[in-house]
Amino acid sequence: MSAFEYAPAPESRAVVDIASSYGLFINGEFTEGSAGSLKTINPATEEALAEVAVADESDVDRAVAAARRAQEKVWGPMPGSERAKYLYRIARLLAERSREFAVLETLDNGKPIRESRDVDVPLASAYFFYYAGWADKLDHAGFGANPQPHGVVGQVIPWNFPLLMLSWKIAPALATGNTVVLKPAETTPLTALLFAELVQQAGLPAGVVNIVTGAGATGAAVVGHRDVDKVAFTGSTAVGKGIAKQIAGTRKHATLELGGKAANIVFADAPIDQAVEGIVNGIFFNQGQVCCAGSRVLVEESMHDELIDRLKARLGTLRLGDPMDKNTDIGAINSARQLQRISDLSDAGEAEGAVRWSADCAIPENGFWFPPTVFTQVSAAHRIAREEIFGPVLSVLTFRTPAEAIAKANNTPYGLSAGVWTEKGSRILWMADRLRAGVVWANTFNKFDPTSPFGGYKESGYGREGGRQGLGPYLVEGSTR
Amino acid sequence: MTAQTTSTVRPWVRDAAQVATDAAGLVGSAQISNTTLRRYLFGLPGVDEVGAKGRAAQLGTRSIKTTSKAWALDTIISMIDLTTLEGADTAGKVRSLVAKARTPEPGDATCPRPAAVCVYNDMVATAVEAAKGSGIHVAAVSTAFPSGRASLAVRLADTTDAVAAGADEIDMVIDRGAFLQGDYLKVYEDIVAVREVCQSRSARPAHLKVILETGELVTFDNVRRASWLSMLAGADFIKTSTGKVQPAATLPVTVVMLEAVRDFLAATGVQVGVKPAGGIRTSKDAIKFLVAVNEVAGVRWLDPDFFRFGASTLLNDVLLQRQKLASGVYSGPDYVTID
Repeated sequence: MSAFEYAPAPESRAVVDIASSYGLFINGEFTEGSAGSLKTINPATEEALAEVAVADESDVDRAVAAARRAQEKVWGPMPGSERAKYLYRIARLLAERSREFAVLETLDNGKPIRESRDVDVPLASAYFFYYAGWADKLDHAGFGANPQPHGVVGQVIPWNFPLLMLSWKIAPALATGNTVVLKPAETTPLTALLFAELVQQAGLPAGVVNIVTGAGATGAAVVGHRDVDKVAFTGSTAVGKGIAKQIAGTRKHATLELGGKAANIVFADAPIDQAVEGIVNGIFFNQGQVCCAGSRVLVEESMHDELIDRLKARLGTLRLGDPMDKNTDIGAINSARQLQRISDLSDAGEAEGAVRWSADCAIPENGFWFPPTVFTQVSAAHRIAREEIFGPVLSVLTFRTPAEAIAKANNTPYGLSAGVWTEKGSRILWMADRLRAGVVWANTFNKFDPTSPFGGYKESGYGREGGRQGLGPYLVEGSTR
Repeated sequence: MTAQTTSTVRPWVRDAAQVATDAAGLVGSAQISNTTLRRYLFGLPGVDEVGAKGRAAQLGTRSIKTTSKAWALDTIISMIDLTTLEGADTAGKVRSLVAKARTPEPGDATCPRPAAVCVYNDMVATAVEAAKGSGIHVAAVSTAFPSGRASLAVRLADTTDAVAAGADEIDMVIDRGAFLQGDYLKVYEDIVAVREVCQSRSARPAHLKVILETGELVTFDNVRRASWLSMLAGADFIKTSTGKVQPAATLPVTVVMLEAVRDFLAATGVQVGVKPAGGIRTSKDAIKFLVAVNEVAGVRWLDPDFFRFGASTLLNDVLLQRQKLASGVYSGPDYVTID
């Protein structure tokens, strides 16, 4: 009997209209940018999708001024119950237009449509729903009576989950009465611009949400603007440190969501089939371009070989290719630059003596691709065990005792997330107490929920997003009206 | 563990001594007792329920279209055990069922036939007579199906009857009560004894499908242990359910059983089959199971010798989908025959 070949099952791109060029979204309208434009491409094909305006300092100034006006005149004074209505409307519209957003996200980012459809877009909507519920209950959120917003928030988001990171940023900011100037990543601006259209559709007062596009200079202009009260950033630790320096000595508050090098710890008594799935989901979800990715597997030495055999067999069934195909598991790397970084670090891993294995899959001719890769015999001294690769590359290390697992897991400048796989409940609690990571997943990995706070220890940043805790950074401590 | 062995053993070709040797090799003792079985079964890795369900749900999102759908539909038909298990079954009903299996799509010779018809014990002779020369197997639900609550002597007599009447396959039920009270040896010895009856027709041994009744075992840990216990005792197939208990064949339970047969092959070189039965009514659902077979156990299970669907209404839904693929339009229930 012949093998079960899956015929191509491409999602239609006809559901979304991509304009040939986009302006900046300031004060409820699309306007020209002053610093030319940049091209955004489909990383799976290298085809140009659209020209996007680049904002300079004068554009950012207009956006901040609009945000300030809206905050003082409309959004700040508005009762929380009224703000909630707008947020609910946005959440509903996101859900209604989910296919459009999913297709656009996949085209611009390269992630598989299965993920943008089943994870990114539904979660983005869920975060708006969740924070809409808080808007009229801030008095009871544990921040004192009548807690006050900062005012204007400058937000800079990364390219790995463009729409989802936008919702993590905008939903709590608006719920608490702030207005925002948000800069999406230069390689993935399109869903933020589609979101701007959705904001118009929702009838949100002009200036409450402003979207300025561009590269690093635009981001620096947003962060550095004198009338921005608070900064929220998700991205690399290097840029995060730069932002912390840039705002040092000013009145600005900041939330920084930075890199990670998470340990996914597998004990010998783990539910092994689910642990294999968790490892796959931990490092190959979104091609490993996840700040909380489980990029280091720490496996109890006695079950190392069995786990690796099972993992390799499983990776053999992953389907790499056209991100628009509904059966694709591994899509494209977001940019040539990122692909270069992944390749360089992988080569370094090999040069330093780790053993490289890649799943056997055909690599498409155009676009940016990297096969799922596993390094074994990795030691803590190797670069691939220390540096964030941000790609589909797993480093496998071993441990002998729970204490050694903790020591190795914590032996990193990062501390964003960790995973523990064991059938023993008491050990999960023991480990969670000792892991210096903002999120510890037990017998699962990369699970997100609007009710759960997310954020880092150490160089993974500070502040929390999500949950009740996610309101705090957008409120002025101890303030009352 | 998951290394692919080059040649696989079909389980029914093993004699009782070979089955016992394979079991002793895994359990680590020639002495099969409740102690050794318990030690072995509780040494198997656990199953995390949330994770197992999540994996099944993800497999269910595969989109099977055009040529792959056509292949899948024909493969599903060839894997069906077309079933009637009613108190009201008559010789006429059984003959009609076999006629349906012989000619699932009148006028279309390219349509494959189901693998087998599955009937109660007393209908075996009728079914065998009707199926003669068609290549369609006759499976009998035996051992005081569906509850199995009878003495071993009665259950064996039941099986002997079916084998004597010419059944090609015996679907037995395990003693769930014994399993749940920890008497693994009882379950093991029952299966060994029923297998002996199946093998007693040495020229053409009956294949033995062991029904776990997962709806009564409830936890995935139990399902995994019962799967291994059955395979140790010599099951040729492990089957989810009788169809008389809810829930019957769910995708997550089937995924757990597919993992078990995959791992048993890696450990022993013996390839055991899987049969989900009960509750699979639509092509859409059946395709999800086929995807799970493909991605969890592997392509070598995409074969009616190693994967079956126990179903009655599934066939006509698959035929409707098959017509739709050929003609481009949906017909309707009046365009497929009832049995």
